[in-house]
Amino acid sequence: MDLEFKQIRNTLLVRIQGEMDMVVAEKLRKEIDRKLETKKISNLIINLEKVSFIDSSGLGVIIGRYKKITSLSGRMFIVGARPSVHKILTFSGINKLVSMYNNEQDIINI
Amino acid sequence: MNMKNYVRFEFQSLPENVSFARSCVGAFAAQLNCTLEEIEEIKLVVSEAVSNCIIHGYANQTDKKVLIMATILGDSSMEIMIEDYGQGIADIEQAMEPNFSSDPNRTGLGFTLMKSFMDELEVESQLGQGTIIKLKRFFAVKNKEALA
Repeated sequence: MDLEFKQIRNTLLVRIQGEMDMVVAEKLRKEIDRKLETKKISNLIINLEKVSFIDSSGLGVIIGRYKKITSLSGRMFIVGARPSVHKILTFSGINKLVSMYNNEQDIINI
Repeated sequence: MNMKNYVRFEFQSLPENVSFARSCVGAFAAQLNCTLEEIEEIKLVVSEAVSNCIIHGYANQTDKKVLIMATILGDSSMEIMIEDYGQGIADIEQAMEPNFSSDPNRTGLGFTLMKSFMDELEVESQLGQGTIIKLKRFFAVKNKEALA
């Protein structure tokens, strides 16, 4: 799994590449949380364009980060989930809590 | 129902092997008349079951064993059995409730996903002995004449 972080003012963009399962869940959780705790972050964008697989361990990371950012009065967005990943996100109900967009540009335009 | 083909493999309870296990069973399922979407669903349920073995059955101990047997049957169905020899589940009914998890950092969606994407789910567990998960999924029967 590869992680890329980009901070644009108070928004943290996380681009994830690979499979989101129990192997990477802990690392992913720690790395995102470290950024959220050390930087002044109000919004979190998770880009899943290059995520080929997600299971409940990966969902746990996303749902946990949603709880964390909303506890800081921030907002979270999910970008670019391919159909197989989108289906699992929908199954978990996270799509009712988090705005989902096709690409990063769509968020910038809102 | 007649068995047409099977694979059986055992591996160490290392998180890295979760990906190996789901890819193997997914590749095996490709022998059936199933769609890529269905193969993704098979991979997902195997990932859930094997993660459960490692996280809950073995409390993340990595020197234990997980056994998988996948069988293709004559009615175009597939059975998958995932077995661990870990601590077992104290209350199976509670473990299968949506959003229940013995670990607060987890979603508790594993069994719910397994139930949703498979046609049958059976759990056998004995405390201190281990757990066997049996999953079954029916696929559309191949009908070459209908396609002709």
